[in-house]
Amino acid sequence: MKSATAGSATSDWVMNKKEIRIGNRLLGVVACGALLFAASCGGSGESTSAPSPTPTPTPTGSNVQAITVNVGPADNYANGAFTSVTVCVPGTSTCQTIDGVLVDTGSSGLRLLASALTIPLLQQTSASKPVYECLPFVIGYTWGPVQTADIEMAGEKASSVPIQVISGTAPSTSLCTGGNSDTVTSLGANGIVGVGTFPQDCGDGCTTAGPSDLYYGCPSSASSTGCVAVAESLAEQVQNPVALFATDNNGVIVELPAVTAPEATLSGSLVFGIGTQSNNGLNGATVYPIATDTGNFTTTFDGNVYDQSFIDSGSNALFFPSSIPQCSDLSDDFYCPSSTENLSASTAGYNGTPTGTINFSVANADDLFNDNPTASVFSQLAGPSTIDSFDWGLPFFYGRNVYTAIYGASTPGGTGPYWAY
Amino acid sequence: MSNLSSYTQQIFPFHSRHSRLLPSLLLAIATFAAMIFMTALPAFAGLGEDAGSVQVDQARMQASLRSTQAQAYTVQEIQAPTGIIVREYVSPASGKVFAVAWQGPWPPNMQQILASYFDQFQQAAQAQAGTARAVRRPLMVNLPGLVVQSSGHMRSFAGRAYIPAMLPQGVTAEAIR
Repeated sequence: MKSATAGSATSDWVMNKKEIRIGNRLLGVVACGALLFAASCGGSGESTSAPSPTPTPTPTGSNVQAITVNVGPADNYANGAFTSVTVCVPGTSTCQTIDGVLVDTGSSGLRLLASALTIPLLQQTSASKPVYECLPFVIGYTWGPVQTADIEMAGEKASSVPIQVISGTAPSTSLCTGGNSDTVTSLGANGIVGVGTFPQDCGDGCTTAGPSDLYYGCPSSASSTGCVAVAESLAEQVQNPVALFATDNNGVIVELPAVTAPEATLSGSLVFGIGTQSNNGLNGATVYPIATDTGNFTTTFDGNVYDQSFIDSGSNALFFPSSIPQCSDLSDDFYCPSSTENLSASTAGYNGTPTGTINFSVANADDLFNDNPTASVFSQLAGPSTIDSFDWGLPFFYGRNVYTAIYGASTPGGTGPYWAY
Repeated sequence: MSNLSSYTQQIFPFHSRHSRLLPSLLLAIATFAAMIFMTALPAFAGLGEDAGSVQVDQARMQASLRSTQAQAYTVQEIQAPTGIIVREYVSPASGKVFAVAWQGPWPPNMQQILASYFDQFQQAAQAQAGTARAVRRPLMVNLPGLVVQSSGHMRSFAGRAYIPAMLPQGVTAEAIR
């Protein structure tokens, strides 16, 4: 499955940098580039297909929200797709548009930094106590009150949506024990708009109160001291705003063009609805059903089966277990192969079908960052993960239209949840 | 001798008179201690601790407990009502938890899982979160005395933590899952 040759998709610019550092590697690059005309550049003799075609021209319509991959409002992001979201005091024209909001197909619900909000939203209460939420991410967490807002994106609107307003520190007894992502710098964004496969963030697990819950009733808004876990009905939980749109509410498509070299920015679209308009049909994309409880499917790579695999626009890179050397000088969170590796993996629906092949490349992360200090788009950025997981982060989206169908929603590709590409 | 005898007699009536109060007094002390324990020290138990701490974790998570015996270690599996499964790997030689693995819709309370290793973990994790180039990705902490790996997304998290030096002979990190 795995081949390791010098990078075929590396840009001339980066190739020049490599030429300076290691002269003999240029031969490999050039030789491999020449072989590309024969539609093969794998060292193992396995055929690799040409890069995915660039998506069709930018769609237009009331269901199309512009997104941009850039360094984000904290000037520190790699492979983050950002957009703007308008929130309004429910039922009023008191609104605010907040930009620099991360588009995340790996979570559900809108979360905005309190420091970015200037309008007063409505506080949700439980037994007359303000409701707060602890939302753990793999690195860091968000804590803050659950408030209600009308949400507008493109021409779509969702009314009276529970969102999380990020502020303060979570109780130490909660599941939020990592770093607090309560500033632009630590979050890397002004907020996160979760447009993933679930209609709510927590689901049935939070409809009864327990020690492993996310939602809390707190005695005051000043501190998390004295907060106690509370049950939240599905409708009270923080909601995927797309599921509450009047139309185009069964999922989203993330459309980003292909890239071959690090770039400063990349423009694309977040299209609402699947098969609901002339601009959001499946167009022959393959539908991969995912597990309804975990939202995972299966990836097979290098002979190993990873059944906790997922597609996530909110992940900075492709993350998977491998013997590729990890970087040592910058951090060991990314891979630093001595030369770019062209690899292949297969994905399958959670129940085994359908299956498909994905080709990807892993470049030396230190070189990517050092050689491109102002870039934010890195299609060949990858890093390690835990034993059972293959995380297809934003680089997977470059050059693909990726469909995320919401749990229980009807689409021309069947009932969600699924991914299609 | 006589002095001692009378002294003993003086003591005994006193003791016997209060002996029925003693169990309730001890219970009150124990309850008070437990309350302090549950409120002030929620993080107590976990990695590197005696296996008895597994019961503490079980109580805190209001969870069910199941033990399985492997060749080189015992696995105590704790399942919380909300679906978070924590497996604590206990060395039969030392009786201590040398590794912890978890899986579920959310990560567990790391302070509780990592116990005295939490501060070390948090410093490393925060240092990583502060790096300029990455915010949302798996967490990989590789310190000489502590390894923590965690990945996943909303409703599906998995990870493991172990103390390399405490791994029983012949046990590799891959077994911890």
